[in-house]
Amino acid sequence: MDTQASDARPVLEGPDIARVLTRIAHEIVERAKGADDVVLLGIPTRGVFLARRLAAKLEQITERKVPVGSLDITMYRDDLRMHPPRALARTEIPGDGIDGRLVVLVDDVLFSGRTIRAALDALNDIGRPRAVQLAVLVDRGHRELPIRADYVGKNLPTSLRETVKVQLAEEDGRDTVLLGAKRTAPGAQH
Amino acid sequence: MSKTLIRGAKVLGGEPQDVLIDGTVIEAVGSGLSAEGAEVVEAGGKVLLPGLVDLHTHLREPGREDSETVLTGTRAAASGGYTSVFAMANTFPVADTAGVVEQVWRLGQQYGYCDVQPIGAVTVGLEGAKLAELGAMHESAAGVTVFSDDGKCVHDAQIMRRALEYVKAFGGVIAQHAQEPRLTEGAEMNEGVVSAELGLGGWPAVAEESIIARDVLLAEHVGSRVHICHLSTAGSVEIVRWAKSRGIQVTAEVTPHHLLLTDELVRTYNPVYKVNPPLRTERDVMALREALADGTIDIVATDHAPHPHEDKDCEWAAAAMGMVGLETALSVVQETMVDTGLLDWAGVADRMSFAPARIGRAAGHGRPVSAGEPANLTLVDTAYRGPVDPAGFASRSRNTPYEGRELPGRVTHTWLRGKATLVDGKLT
Amino acid sequence: MQRHLISAADLSRDDAVLILDTAEEMARVADRPIKKLPTLRGRTVVNLFFEDSTRTRISFEAAEKRLSADVINFSAKGSSVSKGESLKDTAQTLEAMGVDAVVIRHGASGAPYRLATSGWIDAAVINAGDGTHQHPTQALLDAFTMRRRLVGRDAGLGQDLAGKRITIVGDVLHSRVARSNVDLLHTLGAEVTLVAPPTLLPVGVETWPCAVSYDLDSTLPKSDAVMMLRVQRERMNAAFFPTEREYSRRYGLDGERMAKMPEHAIVMHPGPMVRGMEITAEVADSGRCTVVEQVANGVSIRMAVLYLLLGGNEPAQTRTEEK
Repeated sequence: MDTQASDARPVLEGPDIARVLTRIAHEIVERAKGADDVVLLGIPTRGVFLARRLAAKLEQITERKVPVGSLDITMYRDDLRMHPPRALARTEIPGDGIDGRLVVLVDDVLFSGRTIRAALDALNDIGRPRAVQLAVLVDRGHRELPIRADYVGKNLPTSLRETVKVQLAEEDGRDTVLLGAKRTAPGAQH
Repeated sequence: MSKTLIRGAKVLGGEPQDVLIDGTVIEAVGSGLSAEGAEVVEAGGKVLLPGLVDLHTHLREPGREDSETVLTGTRAAASGGYTSVFAMANTFPVADTAGVVEQVWRLGQQYGYCDVQPIGAVTVGLEGAKLAELGAMHESAAGVTVFSDDGKCVHDAQIMRRALEYVKAFGGVIAQHAQEPRLTEGAEMNEGVVSAELGLGGWPAVAEESIIARDVLLAEHVGSRVHICHLSTAGSVEIVRWAKSRGIQVTAEVTPHHLLLTDELVRTYNPVYKVNPPLRTERDVMALREALADGTIDIVATDHAPHPHEDKDCEWAAAAMGMVGLETALSVVQETMVDTGLLDWAGVADRMSFAPARIGRAAGHGRPVSAGEPANLTLVDTAYRGPVDPAGFASRSRNTPYEGRELPGRVTHTWLRGKATLVDGKLT
Repeated sequence: MQRHLISAADLSRDDAVLILDTAEEMARVADRPIKKLPTLRGRTVVNLFFEDSTRTRISFEAAEKRLSADVINFSAKGSSVSKGESLKDTAQTLEAMGVDAVVIRHGASGAPYRLATSGWIDAAVINAGDGTHQHPTQALLDAFTMRRRLVGRDAGLGQDLAGKRITIVGDVLHSRVARSNVDLLHTLGAEVTLVAPPTLLPVGVETWPCAVSYDLDSTLPKSDAVMMLRVQRERMNAAFFPTEREYSRRYGLDGERMAKMPEHAIVMHPGPMVRGMEITAEVADSGRCTVVEQVANGVSIRMAVLYLLLGGNEPAQTRTEEK
């Protein structure tokens, strides 16, 4: 990446993250009327950990097993031609599939919306859900597509010169959301 | 005819001397020479050699004038310091009759850049089956003394024996292209580590060595002389060394490219390195240099083999075999033999002029640089070093393996019987 | 990774593992109802086949189509090539048509290398087999098959073939499959043994990163995978071996020999098999023989290679190159 959180400050800490995930889980149960046909699909890398955490919370609330999987969107990205190809992550669709079910996509940060557009395309090749919803930990604005989240952990107004970095224990050893200034090489274009 | 005074030339690499040419002959060699009205060439320490003699050139005319003609080939020869070239017989039609060899010889005389001595085919159509009219070619105006099916091997032992015997009657010599045909079916490069990796058909050293071994024994048996074309392996050197030690009348040539290049270059799959015999290994290259230095190998011959661009700008398998060599030969010999200390300039004069003229019986060529001798001379700027630029070649073809490679030495002047064919690096 | 895939020897260990891992993800696409990804939409790939090989061609074609590339099949037969048009002219024609990649199969060793390096064309070049030189995607699909069977489908991710003992049997001399496999398997840490009659081993094989044996029976018990190469009957006439019968007796794989292999060991063959020559029907049809798997894996491997070479604005980067 061309950006790096140099003097980043935390905007969410571990307990905050746990709290907002609990809230989102309750919202899902409420809006999905019991959430009995919910399938959670996390978008790699950190969306998958968030999806698993949400599933655990949903199971606590509903006392039912909630199917959870992952959806790699690399091959559906619209900016493939702008970078070297990336290594693929795993797409893992739960055994009963997604046909006729309520798929909740889970990601860490909602920004331009392009990742979600790619995810919708990817879903289209896998099956036909009853409905698709989106849960994100942080919505930092600056949408470039008509996409919005159904469940938001924290709305975080940012400028384009800032970076948002989510760290999760499973990958980074701790839970935190960092807001920092984009470090740009002198004269570099955005 | 006018006089030319070459001032301060290192004759055969010795102390600077003056050489005075009067008409077609050398009038005097000494210090402080002067001559009224003579054109003066300031040699400034360049090396003066007898005009070079190439026993192995492909001029392609008649038949493949798109790659070379007698005119362009002899201009290339003059550029490279040659005053005599032996033109190989594998033309279309094949030089297997008095008519064809006379035509080639006359063209050389007519253009006047370099004497052309045609080589006659050993067998009709180079087919290895029936002897060509060797006597008739010898008696023709071309006076052929060297016979070769070069490009193909005289593989039939009985035909080879008869040819060796037959040419004794008029002092001829058979120049053998040593390549056992069955062992080289589908061969594309030297057989060894590199061919195994590249998956190119292997051309084993033994395919050359077995023929040389057979032919020196045949030459011994019938008391003839035999010449080995473009010897390329360390094993071939050993066989020739052994044969000479037994008193067999064998002579051998090596090409400049086999003195410098190895089969490692084939890793580029660039057909500019595709040649017959193939480029061999580093070990072979070193053995060839040593053999040329100690006289086991008698001469350097170019095997100048012009090919049009399209025959090299393709995949390896589809490409023609051969490299041009007339205009880079002396530089390669300087690089590999002189600058390495293996041979002095007198040695170069022997390997590239005296000895080839002797083998080919080229009258008036390969003579000492001394008074009364024909003025066939080559002046070399041995201090020069620079990259090879094929665009500047006089040859019609550009298939050189040395493009862009830095090599020493540059021929600046060539005189053929007193007439300058090359002045300051420019053809006249 | 380099821009072209010409030789298995050009792949670093990390390149190779990345391709195998990517292929593992590609393989999952085959299990979906819609076996297609939009990744190479708008990219044109030419399958330029100067040599007949329906198997390899359809494998590449399936891979290209699953990645949504536009596919042009250019067979030398019946085209201007058979009328004497050169490889260079053909390449320039394809270049003028705006081709992004050329998958080339050619009878002459080095033809793909020439195509990639002579300035005739800008497109990425993928070698689909050249003469007796290389067939890198075959070696990759073989390594993929070995890793799945010997290490595990998921357990294999990120892993190489360190310590696996692979025996390659047959006509090594004329085999691009053998050359590619020796290079790649060595890179991946496997121990390779070539077994063949001395006539079917190239002079110079002693410098290859593998062992050489003339005796199949003593090698089998020490093999985790045995790869049988096709032996063409016409080799017999060129005196590479006396008779078909003698060849099969000394170097063919039958049920009795297969029993000498360890329990877990697999039998591989690049196809097409010559049953009764290098392999008996009993072995070819046994559960240890991976021939059919190899075909399926070929599509996944070729998808991975196409994605990693063409999916972005330049070939994929691996850790080795970043160093």
